[in-house]
Amino acid sequence: MIAFVKKYEGLWLFVHSPAAIIAALVAVLTFLGAAFAPWIALVNPYDLASFSLFDGLLPPTWLDGANPKFILGTDDQGRDMISAILYGARLSLVIGLSALSIAAVLGVGLGLAAGYYGGRFDAIVMRIADVQLALPAILTALLIDGIARGILPASIQQDLRVAVLTLAIALSLWVNFARTARASTFVQMNKEYVQAAIMMGQRPIRVMFVHILPNILGPLLVIMTVDLASAILLEATLSFLGIGLPADSPSLGTLIRVGMQFLLSGEWWILWIPTLFLVALVVSINILGDFLRDIFNPRLR
Amino acid sequence: MLTIKDLLVKFPMRFGAFTAIEDVDMTIKPGEIHGLVGESGAGKSTVGAAVIGLLQSPGYVANGTLTLGDTDLRNLSPAEAHKVRGDRISMIFQDPQTSLNPLMTIERQLIETIQTHSSLSESEAINRAVDLLEDIGIKNAAERIKAYPHQFSGGMRQRVVIALAISTDPELIIADEPTTALDVAVQSQVLDLIQRLAKERQIAFMLITHDIGVIAQVADRVTVMRKGRVMETGVTAQVLGKPQHHYTQQLMDSVPPLDRKIDRFRVPEADDTIASNGAMAENWLLEGSQHARTGLSLTGLSVEFAGPRTSIFRKLPPYVALDDVTLNIKPGSIMGLVGESGSGKSTLAKAITGLVTPSSGTMELGDVVLPYGKSRSRQHPSRQLIQMVFQDPYSSLNSRHRIGDILTEPLWFYGFVKDEQEREKLAASMLSLVGMQPDAISKYPHQFSGGQRQRIAVARALLARPRFLICDEPTSALDVSIQAEILNLLKDLQAKFGLTILFISHNLAVVRQMADDTAVLRSGKIEEVGETNALYTAPQADYTKSLLDLTPVMPTTWQT
Repeated sequence: MIAFVKKYEGLWLFVHSPAAIIAALVAVLTFLGAAFAPWIALVNPYDLASFSLFDGLLPPTWLDGANPKFILGTDDQGRDMISAILYGARLSLVIGLSALSIAAVLGVGLGLAAGYYGGRFDAIVMRIADVQLALPAILTALLIDGIARGILPASIQQDLRVAVLTLAIALSLWVNFARTARASTFVQMNKEYVQAAIMMGQRPIRVMFVHILPNILGPLLVIMTVDLASAILLEATLSFLGIGLPADSPSLGTLIRVGMQFLLSGEWWILWIPTLFLVALVVSINILGDFLRDIFNPRLR
Repeated sequence: MLTIKDLLVKFPMRFGAFTAIEDVDMTIKPGEIHGLVGESGAGKSTVGAAVIGLLQSPGYVANGTLTLGDTDLRNLSPAEAHKVRGDRISMIFQDPQTSLNPLMTIERQLIETIQTHSSLSESEAINRAVDLLEDIGIKNAAERIKAYPHQFSGGMRQRVVIALAISTDPELIIADEPTTALDVAVQSQVLDLIQRLAKERQIAFMLITHDIGVIAQVADRVTVMRKGRVMETGVTAQVLGKPQHHYTQQLMDSVPPLDRKIDRFRVPEADDTIASNGAMAENWLLEGSQHARTGLSLTGLSVEFAGPRTSIFRKLPPYVALDDVTLNIKPGSIMGLVGESGSGKSTLAKAITGLVTPSSGTMELGDVVLPYGKSRSRQHPSRQLIQMVFQDPYSSLNSRHRIGDILTEPLWFYGFVKDEQEREKLAASMLSLVGMQPDAISKYPHQFSGGQRQRIAVARALLARPRFLICDEPTSALDVSIQAEILNLLKDLQAKFGLTILFISHNLAVVRQMADDTAVLRSGKIEEVGETNALYTAPQADYTKSLLDLTPVMPTTWQT
């Protein structure tokens, strides 16, 4: 039994942590809901034919004048809130995850190389990272957006909004990965197994990715979860400010921006339901990140 | 004075409880130095912690009596226990680097301790602190007391820690590996000091250590522990000279003597069934020109590390790690390299393997000149011919790789064996050759003990078909009985395959057992090189003489 617990210590800790279970539940349900939105959502917010203006501004079912079809009510265009959120989460997660992947590949690659080679290369990469950190994500997004508008033909600009947004978020997140990877690589470089590999004459690429990378995955995985939350928030912020996606392809941020108009007009659910959903999702992912960090850091156990 | 009877310490776990020590009996009289010896995991430190009441949570004393004088240490309120700590029992830790607060002067730390336990005024406390430091052997104590810990050397720092421990006139001092982090010269000073304090002040010492030599030198009585139980206890000369218990005998057989060379350590050998599986690896290693012996000669080798730049215009002079080292390692022989920490032993190994770039000198492996550090290409033949066994078996194996992957990597990398299954077979056979079960191949490093990992590290080195092997402190992270096994293994392999070995160690006794020739290194310079036996019996350099004199050993009269 003890051996079993030792082997699956992470699982044991998980089962005994209500916060982690609830967080995982929220995250998993959101992921599933987002992935299967086209099959479970009542209406498709992208498809004008699937909803009707006559259903507009219906309150959630527990209020007077509700239509039981729309459990959380509808917005001004008659779109079901649940469907809008599912589709919004879908878009937010796609952008968040792809931005995260780009950031991870870029950051881990540069961080590993900086830690491995040290010296001038390390100095250059880290100064670029410092500069990047000094630029707010919004500024980066505006910059890329501006450049894209300047050099790309107007006809494809609309289609590229998602790509621009993803790139902007990735650029503001890679620094975290690079710094963590670099610091962990420095620690590993002094380990004798790395010296043994270098002594053998193995290629730097092999030493970095076959020998060092598996040993620094722990902290990187933690960063990845925490940064997924950041990515989703960033996307929401950018969309809320109107740099991101247009109202006809709603992400969570766009939904909140649209809802803002109804903040004081009595139809509070249009703002509050997507907002609360976003908060719940981000908090859940952060709790999972903290939980992962506890598992990987034996000193906090 | 200190009486321990039937001590039982348990650590509750998620399921059940782990018994750390059990049925431990011990008495220590005033002025007695009581050695507590055992291998890692024996529960030595737990005994000390239980006495001073600082057991690591969640451990607790489950049974037994602990009395100091007529005070029952088990039935003290927290406030009383706090008073006993420091007032009557003090502690000296292993690492003087971390047991002093780096942000406080020595003066403040001493005064703080003195005033906590007495009602002396500030100036009286200062006087007492200065007296203490002088007594401990720190010259100019009145001035030096204003210094911070980092301004003292390691040995001086440990003296300050001892001064702190005796500042309250305790009856008992628990010294947990007090000299393990120190070089031999400093170690002998600290041990002398402990002996003097025991005699002059009638302080009882509980001296916890894994070093039998230290015990032999200073302890009046000794208790041998293993797996939380007392194996044997008695007068030191009796226990170490004529061990009664089977385990103590085994332990004493594993301790390398300084004054003579023994052919093999008497430790349990791996049974023949394992060894017979190693025939394939053995034949593979003996194939072709592998038995050709290759020497290494270093001529005028110097290594400098650039000094730190203090401003754009000023750079501190470089630090000379190796200074004009000339060394000739004969083909098929073992060259021992001894020296204290910081003498440049590891730098020498790194220069040979190309991890460090020398500033001048030549290195020749056989008749091939080895290019310096980074200019040595990845395909250079020396990368295969020179292999290394590292000090720390916990970091020398990649913990995320399967043992099979670790072992087959050299076979694949150097292109010895093309077929993957053939590689695995050879690796398994090599495991047998180094005395391990071949099924280890599918496990991960964390599933093995330190000694087993070191065997795996040796197997990895051999799978590169080396002709020159560097062993950098290969046993200093291991317990003495495991050390004996690994040394036996290295001797066997060297004899079988005619390897040339550079054996680096700070432990003179170990080098004596292993090396044909020995070189003594001190601050980057070779002090003396010679045939091992001659060097140990008739050392020429003063430094070698003092090293040999200061190394704690068992008096010859004890030996049976």
